[in-house]
Amino acid sequence: MASLQVPMRGARGGAPVTKAVILVGGPSRGTRFRPLSLDLPKPLFEVAGHPIISHCFAAITKVPEIREVFIVGYYDEAVFRDFIKDCARTHPQISIKYLREYQALGTAGGLYHFRDAILKGRPDRFFVLNADVCCSFPLEQMLRLFEEKDAEAIILGTRVPNDAATNFGCIVSDAHSKRVLHYVEKPESHISNLINCGVYLFSTEAIFPSIKSAMKRRADRPRLVSYPSSDALDSAYLPRGSAEDDEDGEKTEVIRLEQDILSDLADSRQFYVLETKDFWRQIKTAGSAVPANALYLMKAFQAQSEELAKPSATILPPVFIHPTAQVDPTAKLGPNVSVGPRAVIGAGARVKEAIVLEDAEIKHDACVLYAIVGWSSRVGAWARVEGTPTPVRELSTSVVKNGVKVQSITILGKECVVADEVRVQNCVCLPFKELKRDVQNEIIM
Amino acid sequence: MKALILVGGFGTRLRPLTLTLPKPLVEFGNRPMIVHQIEALAAAGVTDIVLAVNYRPEVMTEALKSYEKQYGVNIEFSVETEPLGTAGPLKLAEKILGKDDAPFFVLNSDVICEYPFKQLADFHKAHGQEGTIVVTKVEEPSKYGVIVHKPDHPSRIDRFVEKPVEFVGNRINAGIYILNPSVLKRIDLRPTSIEQETFPAIVKDGQLHSFDLEGFWMDVGQPKDFLSGTCLYLSSLTKQGSDQLTPASEPYVFGGNVMIDPSAKIGKNCKIGPNVVIGPNVEIGEGVRLQRSVLLKGSKIKEHAWVKSTIVGWNSTVGRWARMENVSVLGDDVTVGDEIYCNGASVLPHKSIKANIDTPAIIM
Repeated sequence: MASLQVPMRGARGGAPVTKAVILVGGPSRGTRFRPLSLDLPKPLFEVAGHPIISHCFAAITKVPEIREVFIVGYYDEAVFRDFIKDCARTHPQISIKYLREYQALGTAGGLYHFRDAILKGRPDRFFVLNADVCCSFPLEQMLRLFEEKDAEAIILGTRVPNDAATNFGCIVSDAHSKRVLHYVEKPESHISNLINCGVYLFSTEAIFPSIKSAMKRRADRPRLVSYPSSDALDSAYLPRGSAEDDEDGEKTEVIRLEQDILSDLADSRQFYVLETKDFWRQIKTAGSAVPANALYLMKAFQAQSEELAKPSATILPPVFIHPTAQVDPTAKLGPNVSVGPRAVIGAGARVKEAIVLEDAEIKHDACVLYAIVGWSSRVGAWARVEGTPTPVRELSTSVVKNGVKVQSITILGKECVVADEVRVQNCVCLPFKELKRDVQNEIIM
Repeated sequence: MKALILVGGFGTRLRPLTLTLPKPLVEFGNRPMIVHQIEALAAAGVTDIVLAVNYRPEVMTEALKSYEKQYGVNIEFSVETEPLGTAGPLKLAEKILGKDDAPFFVLNSDVICEYPFKQLADFHKAHGQEGTIVVTKVEEPSKYGVIVHKPDHPSRIDRFVEKPVEFVGNRINAGIYILNPSVLKRIDLRPTSIEQETFPAIVKDGQLHSFDLEGFWMDVGQPKDFLSGTCLYLSSLTKQGSDQLTPASEPYVFGGNVMIDPSAKIGKNCKIGPNVVIGPNVEIGEGVRLQRSVLLKGSKIKEHAWVKSTIVGWNSTVGRWARMENVSVLGDDVTVGDEIYCNGASVLPHKSIKANIDTPAIIM
């Protein structure tokens, strides 16, 4: 198919070759996704009926010229085996491979480590998608901007409220040309409200040399690894990964796109930003799966997806019900509800803004609002499992109750039981717990 | 015989219900509180009843006219222009209470019990002295004024001990008395307390006796106690095998002590009880769970709601999948939205609740 396309300005004169990389991280990260990540790696957690990672993959498959996709992370090989099998079956024209880092190399370090695999077939450019991002992934628009500007790098950006911006990578851009002038990861003071969405398009000729020179800089000044404002995020593995020798004698260390590369690109490269007006948010905490679920469901609804349940008096769209789930016709679901495989929802139950996972059961007349009901968990009759609504644009998943910060989304881990008539509000419940009395604003160990 | 019922003021402790109806007309067990008292008094042969009030709402005059007919009694209002305490009203009504030599009953309008007026009168006449106080046994006497008897007599009162620190007895004043008209001579027409002034004076003369109350007793002057009193009242009806209760054979009755007006409609798959009173024309939707609650006339509980320890005021509506608990009280014509949670919400009439009330609060 690629050979039939009108030739474009490829680096070597032919049609440009584009690949994609999905960064998934590893088990030592994603602790904020507990208690759900205690039982399933975050990228495989299902929102809107599909694993988080498959929303990224689906966006990639919309770009016809991409034939090769890599998943880069340090999870065990087996973790993505089934997912990759499924992708190969549904999209036989796309090659998808898992590249496992045996130690955390950082987002840029991982790319560099696997440069041979990525550069095989001499691609001109490749997308990098962070798997923990929930957005509409306007990859085609990024490609268009890339070509229009003859760019070396494109970053997807979005506007957030000024007071939230410093929690993210901030982009200063030329309003007219869209060129990135300056980039700072989690600045201490206000720089811009245009933030990094964690989705990039890099020219192969620009990115690898940039990573290499960053590594060289690091090797020259190995002590300078501390970035005070960003330490909090990844401090768990930053020091451990620093300055260790690889088998092939290369200096490897944690090199991250956000902290170590993007600001250089802004200084020295043709680096542009595509500002998306569409939805965007991170999937960091377990609670953030609920707004992500809502956003992806809304997207599917707007696309008139056949997968969604038909709206009716008891189905307020958008709602996803797995074909093997049993939902009583008198139960009322939605909006923004996903019901997983073999889940059972009883008569007169109410489920709103929630994810009900595989094999979970919600008994008759129970009420589940702003919550995640874990795998094989049971919610008793007339029980009420409830979180606190936060606006979709709100980027945080905690609320302050009586002066204490608590999770706004109530989460039941795997195989939890809420007894009949019990109320659970703003709680996070670790797996295999039984709740026999009302609880609120607690983490139940 | 004659009786005086101490009604007093606006019943502010029972707000928001008393913003709509005067306290004596608020339904307790589906009948106005005062009807329980009038009925028991009439049954004991009382023909003249004085209501000591410090305001007289129209609605009350109307209602009482019909009770006069129904129970064959005369009901007079005795209106205080200034609050006279608990004894002053007796003096104010001296004309009626003192019209003959027969003793008269005095009772607090907030008190609910099995009203043993007949036995009380017999006991009073038997000892032949000035007054008899009905007493009830309580578990924690330290919160009340306790009655101490003469060592040589089972009923003659020796003294009162207010909030005793050490155990001196567990019998407390139940707010129901029978007194000879001679007691009126002991009272001045001024704000004065029967408990603090009149009774100690009678005790001094060895003229005051106590009468043990059988069964339950409760001051239902505030919502929390109104609900507890309802439980006690329903339990007492169960014990008597009263036909006012809904039979436990009904599929939706759970744990007994359920009283449902025949005009109320109950949806399918409900679980109701224990300790629930459902008033006339109340509508209960499907799959509703009710316990320890009172639903007043014309209220509506929509499908799948869960209601516990709540008073749902007249014509109020509780939404689908709403959850009410912890002494929530809805005034007249309140709407609680679908899926709303109310924890100890006290809601004034005509309000609409659209957001959760997570901690006890008054909604103006």
